[in-house]
Amino acid sequence: MFVKQLSVFIENREGRLEQVTEVLANEGINILSISMADTTEYGMLRMIVSDPQKAKKALVEEGFSAMLTDVIAVKLEDRVGEMHKMTHILCSLSLNIEYMYALASSGKRAMIVKASDGDAAVKALKDGGLVLFSSEEMCG
Amino acid sequence: MIWNETKECMSRDEMTCLQSARLVKLVDRVYHSVEFYRKKMQAVGLQPGDIRGVEDLQKLPFTTKDDLRSTYPFGLFAVPLSQITRIHASSGTTGKATVVGYTRHDLDIWSECVARCITMAGLGRSDIIQVAYGYGLFTGGLGAHYGVEKMGATVVPMSTGNTKKLITMMMDFGVTGIMCTPSYLLHIAEVIDEMGVKDKIKLKASINGAEPWTENMRLQIEQRLGIHSHDIYGLSEIMGPGVAADCMFHAGLHVQEDHFLPEIVDRTTFEPLSDGQTGELVISTLTKEGIPLIRYRTKDLTSITHGKCECGRTTARLAKFTGRSDDMLIIRGVNVFPSQIEAALLEMDETTPHYRMIVDRVDNLDTLEVQVEVEERYFSDEIRKLEKLSAKIAHVIQQAIGLAVKVKLVEPKSIERSEGKSQRVTDKRKFN
Repeated sequence: MFVKQLSVFIENREGRLEQVTEVLANEGINILSISMADTTEYGMLRMIVSDPQKAKKALVEEGFSAMLTDVIAVKLEDRVGEMHKMTHILCSLSLNIEYMYALASSGKRAMIVKASDGDAAVKALKDGGLVLFSSEEMCG
Repeated sequence: MIWNETKECMSRDEMTCLQSARLVKLVDRVYHSVEFYRKKMQAVGLQPGDIRGVEDLQKLPFTTKDDLRSTYPFGLFAVPLSQITRIHASSGTTGKATVVGYTRHDLDIWSECVARCITMAGLGRSDIIQVAYGYGLFTGGLGAHYGVEKMGATVVPMSTGNTKKLITMMMDFGVTGIMCTPSYLLHIAEVIDEMGVKDKIKLKASINGAEPWTENMRLQIEQRLGIHSHDIYGLSEIMGPGVAADCMFHAGLHVQEDHFLPEIVDRTTFEPLSDGQTGELVISTLTKEGIPLIRYRTKDLTSITHGKCECGRTTARLAKFTGRSDDMLIIRGVNVFPSQIEAALLEMDETTPHYRMIVDRVDNLDTLEVQVEVEERYFSDEIRKLEKLSAKIAHVIQQAIGLAVKVKLVEPKSIERSEGKSQRVTDKRKFN
């Protein structure tokens, strides 16, 4: 149970991020969540969007390095201990979190997680009683 | 002071006579001892007897760096290995080094030439000289070292790497002379300022070379350190540092003409040029035994003058070098060809052969950044993997060129596609 994340490699130069968002806006693609991992030279833009396939195609056509990555969208309630429940499950099975960021869009509240072993993480989180969003639920 | 007045102040007629006699012997020797030269001369119908003096020099074919590579490692040696006392090597474009061998006599002459250059800089027996070129296969360190010993001064073999220690010893020992690359000396000057010890430095003169630099940089060194700075020229194929150097009048670099016969030729037609015209420097080694070179094309661009210098020396002088006729770059004293980087990138699956080299000088030290396009399929959404990838690319390039590089990953197809290598290189250093 994964959702497709749109990952875009962008160099740290003026206007590059603006060009990405322009392509997405023109294609009528909604950004549900966005996270930017930056180094001194380049950044990795990670997004959950309304139509990942279409977004990737449009970006590649415009010369961007865009790819789709499987990530987990864990539904989290707005209360104390929810985040810990998730990290505790992953930690107890020695699964590493490569990166994560929050999503709060159209009533959905989730943590987007990339784990070292995606399949094992999905099983563990489900077994632990957490709810995962599917691609359809997320984008639909 | 002139180290060897007999040789450095000869009349032009005497010099031509000496050079002619040595050239005739040289041609005879290589014809009979080096198959490469014999075949090359036979191919153009030349017999050793056809060369009767320097006026016949132009009948002889050129020798190039490619010839050294194709005869790797010892193909151009003119004596059996048992007579070779030392070997030096410099990096080449194809991963194979250019190898040179010296007999004991060659090493003596090398030391003699360096001793002349040190004397030109006004240093003498009572001086203490730090050699801060790298010691090893590179000719800079050992070449300078034995020159100082020959001259009779005290040598401190610092090599490179620890600037603070170098400065501490400079103060504590009362060092009066230093031999290193000009950019490194400027870096040393900065660290001296940072340490606030300028008044404890007794330095009088520096002898700098192994990389291109400008007259402005020389003046900057003189001003910052309050010393005389001198330019020394050489290349490992010919010998190493000491082929030429400039005297107190800084009116060009005096060539050790009794050992090295210089010519300037047009960089495209290879026709000889007259005094004052800029072209490629071609050198024939008149006395070298280990690996004599006939009309070796240095690819260095300069002009020559034969007039007498105010210092009293009569040896021909080379103008400050203005550049190279090939795409070789000299970065931190290391010869780098863009094709070496291309070859390294082609060896890896993860990269395309599209790259850009940015050479710069930051705080007087050369830097090399290589921008590399990464194959689409090797891209990752994880920074850790990308960092690992760029470290791997840096390692492979470093292995190929022997120089630390900074690798910058760039977007695929972001590097301009064009013919010609010059566009692959941006050299931000200012030499003119």
